[in-house]
Amino acid sequence: MFNRYTPATFIREVLLILATIVVLFPFYLLVVMALKGTKEATVSSPVALPTAPTLENFATVLSGEGSRNVLMGLLNSTIITVGSVVMLIILGSVAAYAIARRPGRLGGAAYVSFVVGIILPFQLAIIPTYVALRVLGLLGTHVGMILLYTGLLMPLTVFLYTGFARALPRDYEEAAAIDGASKIRIFVKIVFPLLAPATGTVAILTGLIVWNDFFNALIFLSGSRSTTLPVMVYSFVGENVTAWNLVFTVVIISMIPILAFYLFAQKKFIQGFAGGMKG
Amino acid sequence: MGFSRRLIPPTGAGGGHPAGAVPLQLRKIRNVAISPAPQVTARRRGRASGPDYGSRLFASWWWAIPALVASLLIHYVAVAAGGTFAFTNWKGIGSFEWVGLDNFVKIFSGDLGRTAIVNTLILAFGFVVGTNLLGVLLALGLNRGVKTRYFLRVVIFMPTVLSPLAVSYIWRFIYQPEGPLNSFLGSVGLESWQRTWLADPTTSLWTILIVMVWQSTGLVMVIYLAGLAGVPQELEEAAAIDGASVFQRFRLVVFPLIRPSFVIASTLMLIQGLRVFDQVMALTGGGPFNATETLATQVYKQTFAYGQFGYGAALSLVLTVLIIVISLAQMALTSSREGKS
Repeated sequence: MFNRYTPATFIREVLLILATIVVLFPFYLLVVMALKGTKEATVSSPVALPTAPTLENFATVLSGEGSRNVLMGLLNSTIITVGSVVMLIILGSVAAYAIARRPGRLGGAAYVSFVVGIILPFQLAIIPTYVALRVLGLLGTHVGMILLYTGLLMPLTVFLYTGFARALPRDYEEAAAIDGASKIRIFVKIVFPLLAPATGTVAILTGLIVWNDFFNALIFLSGSRSTTLPVMVYSFVGENVTAWNLVFTVVIISMIPILAFYLFAQKKFIQGFAGGMKG
Repeated sequence: MGFSRRLIPPTGAGGGHPAGAVPLQLRKIRNVAISPAPQVTARRRGRASGPDYGSRLFASWWWAIPALVASLLIHYVAVAAGGTFAFTNWKGIGSFEWVGLDNFVKIFSGDLGRTAIVNTLILAFGFVVGTNLLGVLLALGLNRGVKTRYFLRVVIFMPTVLSPLAVSYIWRFIYQPEGPLNSFLGSVGLESWQRTWLADPTTSLWTILIVMVWQSTGLVMVIYLAGLAGVPQELEEAAAIDGASVFQRFRLVVFPLIRPSFVIASTLMLIQGLRVFDQVMALTGGGPFNATETLATQVYKQTFAYGQFGYGAALSLVLTVLIIVISLAQMALTSSREGKS
């Protein structure tokens, strides 16, 4: 009885489409403004379409140098995100597999320490980590940030992998072991490929958290040559606060990689969040 | 268009709800959406009760050590060290003295510290209420029937994946004195409602809350949709035939079944809300006249702008305790009500 398309359903559909337009409206403003020339951006109505759409803002922004080198920011963000996600996947999958297959008292304690780590807020860790990285000379470097994010997001990673690894059947591993494969070979050739769905969820969730992170990046990377996009956008706006066409161009450039991924794999993104964020 | 027919798999959150008595933690673990096909689980369970002859064929226990060390260093060692800084007057370099509770006295007796705590609490609770109300409405609306639902879900969820800092700048433009919001109010004859939204201490905090809710409603909607996927339609139809109104059906039939989604969504939003930082830095920078300072912005400014490492650590400790206490209280509250239903 709920499956018929009634007039009430139609009204609901119209209301929901209107709500979606409200959600989308800021993005309309974003795109429209970024396509306006400097003169038009200041005089025309913010809602109006550009009379002469231009890409000159993109040219201006992309040619910035030093602390405004957006391409450098894009590269830094990519290096730090990919590095952190790879570290998390390698160390996290191995650890979760060990915990899942060796459930004794030690494995249980290790698992609990990870789960508690998800819940414990990390804000208190920032000052000691800052001091430690300064002492090690890793402050403001890619390696320092990758190490930081690896530690920060390891509990979530192990949690997601363990839930999945515990439910994997052992038959393939047993068969391979009987055929004489070593433990490491079994993991690399059999278990890791079977963990692929969990790897996808881990990559999406941790990748987004690292890519979008502003708080840690601001503290650990300010003034360095390794600044990621959010920090670069922040200082860019500080210097160009009234040139909204330029500000919005930077904002669009920082969003494009994530939006492209999202629209390409929206199903996996939404599943990952619906399931993974429960941690 | 290539949007998937089935956005939320039925193996998601809906799967675990009948287990009302299971402790929250266990249920959460079982609910991870990436759980495998049911027959696999069954086979694994059967094996676990049999002889465990194979465990030495598999991973060595030390494989967990690198991950364990990384996690322990940040989440335990550094957190504990940060906690001890809170009782010192360290400036980031050189020596320091123990000052007992001085930093905390300063936080709770000063206007700035109290403003930051109150603002953090207002934003966090407003965020939980706003995202959950709108999220559950959108989820109920998009659960079935509507033809464009798959497309609309994808669009409404989109802001969730973007950087909170970047989207806050779009809103900063919307709130400008000459910006779209004021010109809209002017064009519909509401000139008296026009404000300098971000520079007015009576509105600036609410502008931040609106951006937070706008960005995260899609995430809450998706969590509720995963719960709704596990509610049998026959149950609702039976209630409707018995004459239950829409509200009665929701309150008495649907909501008890999606309560796990409610617990997850509200806990997640609470923790995110208490840590609010990006939106404040992008929209107001804590102003006007500190009217929108939060604990996280104060931690950053006191520690790294003013070099008050001891005082900053004390602020972090207050934030940490707030997060732990409020989220535990909230979990206890939501799951004890669960017991009654």
